[in-house]
Amino acid sequence: MSSERDRPFVTDDTQVQTETRDARMTGGGADNRFNSKLREAFGSSPFILTKFDQFMNWVRGSSMFMLQFGIACCSIEMMHTYSVKHDLDRFAAGVPRASPRQADVIIVPGTIVSKFAPRMKRVYDQMPEPKFVVGMGSCTISGGPFQEGYNVIKGAEEVIPVDIHVPGCPPRPEALIYGVAKLQQRIAEGESSPVTVKPYELEQFDDLEQDEIVEKLADQIDEDDLVMRYNWADSP
Amino acid sequence: MSLEEPTPDDGAVETLPTGADEIAELLGDLVIDTETHVNAPGFVIRPDTVQETLRRLRDEAGFDHLSCVTAEEREDRYESIYHLTSFDDRQREVSVIVPTTKDDPVSESAAPVFRTADWHEREAYDLVGIDYDDHPDLRRILLPETWQGHPLSQNYDQDRPQIVTLDEWENPLAEDHREDEGDTMYINIGPHHPATHGVLHVKTVLDGEQVADVDPDIGYLHRCEEQMCQTKTYRHQIMPYPDRWDYASSGLLNEWAYARAAEDLNDIEVPEYAQIIRTMGSELCRIASHMLAVGTFALDVYGDFTAIFMYAMRDREKTQNILEDLTGQRMMFNYFRLGGVVWDLPEPRDEFFETVRDFLDDLPQALEEYHDLITGNEILQSRTIDTGVLPPEVAKSYGATGPVARGSGIDYDLRRDDPYGYYDELEWDVITEDGCDNFSRLLVRLREVEESAKIIEQCADLLEDWPEDEREIQANVPRTLKPDDDTEIYRAVEAAKGELGIYIRGDGTDKPGRFKIRSPCFSNLQTLPEMSTGEYIPDMVASLGSLDIVLGEVDR
Repeated sequence: MSSERDRPFVTDDTQVQTETRDARMTGGGADNRFNSKLREAFGSSPFILTKFDQFMNWVRGSSMFMLQFGIACCSIEMMHTYSVKHDLDRFAAGVPRASPRQADVIIVPGTIVSKFAPRMKRVYDQMPEPKFVVGMGSCTISGGPFQEGYNVIKGAEEVIPVDIHVPGCPPRPEALIYGVAKLQQRIAEGESSPVTVKPYELEQFDDLEQDEIVEKLADQIDEDDLVMRYNWADSP
Repeated sequence: MSLEEPTPDDGAVETLPTGADEIAELLGDLVIDTETHVNAPGFVIRPDTVQETLRRLRDEAGFDHLSCVTAEEREDRYESIYHLTSFDDRQREVSVIVPTTKDDPVSESAAPVFRTADWHEREAYDLVGIDYDDHPDLRRILLPETWQGHPLSQNYDQDRPQIVTLDEWENPLAEDHREDEGDTMYINIGPHHPATHGVLHVKTVLDGEQVADVDPDIGYLHRCEEQMCQTKTYRHQIMPYPDRWDYASSGLLNEWAYARAAEDLNDIEVPEYAQIIRTMGSELCRIASHMLAVGTFALDVYGDFTAIFMYAMRDREKTQNILEDLTGQRMMFNYFRLGGVVWDLPEPRDEFFETVRDFLDDLPQALEEYHDLITGNEILQSRTIDTGVLPPEVAKSYGATGPVARGSGIDYDLRRDDPYGYYDELEWDVITEDGCDNFSRLLVRLREVEESAKIIEQCADLLEDWPEDEREIQANVPRTLKPDDDTEIYRAVEAAKGELGIYIRGDGTDKPGRFKIRSPCFSNLQTLPEMSTGEYIPDMVASLGSLDIVLGEVDR
């Protein structure tokens, strides 16, 4: 007993040899499946040592539930990415969830306009942490071809933080897959965007002209209400 | 059924006034002035006689289709233009122009005469700022309720800050039913919802399982398409935008709408060879678009990404590959130019034709699979037959066109009734179904795919045999196009979803003075309350799917 305690990390190989291990090491027969390259690399130990958070990051990147979220033209290409031929599921990211509460990743596929921005913000807020955003197409970068429109938000980053931007109008499915793969890589490496949300503000009308509509809104405002203020002149 | 025919017998059809003089005679002293649009005679009337004029034109002259309402602000007045035509004879057109003063832009609403005017006038109020008297529900339709100013009016300040709130919507029937111990339930469908085909918001009130009230709330994808087109030049800059109206792969059909209006406005003749390429490309787009409609409809009814959706996507991939070979892009083609197309068929031509023919050869079997899986399926039949019924007279009143109208037995297709391109030289049929229900609309789409395939096959034969030195792909069009001041045109084509019309007013510069898009989905979506009130809630979702709306086109 005491001699074993003195040398706790020395193991006598001959004592732990078992038939199973024999089969695993030598191969052949029905147990051949254990003789993978991985097994050779790890030796006899059935354990992999890693940091738990690294492991979690790897898991997150390898099993992403996407939000089934269609806005505009890009959503058609997004559907093609999910379905036959491109099949995003091969990259462990192809389970579109209809409910934001079950989703990890939101792909923002299209132009965001003033009326939709608060809704998108709410959907994003409903997703559980950690959550990631892929901006698909030029509209989510800058407003794209509609940037000069009176009603168009100049990019998704005005409303929610975006991890990956996929340019294109619309991006091809291959491009979206590349974007998702890049996101998986970032997640596995433990990176994600810092949360910086600009113009979504509650009860802040101070710098606006106090005309009747502003006053009316300020009176009615409810703490739970989401109010978006668009200052088109200062938008990028 | 008697309502279907506004004219009782053949004798009366012959006496329908068609010429400008006859219509002027019919309208009598209602007309205060006349104008000439490129497509139709225009009659100026007083703003308080709108209903009387339109009713007379509808009942006595057979103009039963209010295709579009265009509103615009001119230097000295506001104007609403009602573009009327007839379901029986699309080439009879008339424009009714209603000017109002700048300081008091009030005009009588046409909604009691044509129900489609309801939404069109709300849009005119929203974007231009004309008030419509006697309108059932005049409020903003595309922009948020809190929006300030009317963005397409002349002195609108685009840089002005705007505020948008996210309120919980209130039950529109709540007050009526509060005493009845709350037997109705309010359901908010959308704008983020898998069954709304994009960002549509449907405010639904349920009484048990049945829909008591439904109010489609649109504007979640209003990305200023009309403003974009008004700030771009005719020759090249506008053409990329139509691709993004109806983005479900009907890009070429939309481009044709703009091309047709602008070519007629500027007197451009398109070479025959280019017309055939256009026709072929457009029908490929129609197949792709109908495939998506069928796939998502099955998705709505069955509720999951099942085989039909995947099959539809597979066939769309094939058409998209052909279109990519032809145009260089999968979805946003930007392939048409005023006066033709941008380039000829891809080399080697044999290989291209082989790809097209392979696709056409496989299509009958693919359609057989759809019929096995969808239309032959008893479950789908019991879900769709006799649900979402849209009687033809109601469809006409709402200005429904395309497969929605043809599914209600209205024999109306612009490719035949107002021929353009190469359609009148080819052998094909207009498909109609008399069921008026969700199943008919599905069937119309599937059968139209066959007709499109026929057209593509004939086009491919023609193109293959076309002499090499006569392959003229573009007419000689000046670098800058400047239509004369005050030339106005309204032209439509048969897009995948129905009649896609463009109104352009030239103002003497190289950019349109007013560019108005008449979207088929906008009018078709208006029929949703008519189809689903009183039905079960899953049937409403099926009806929405069978309308095949694309929100990019509804909201523009």
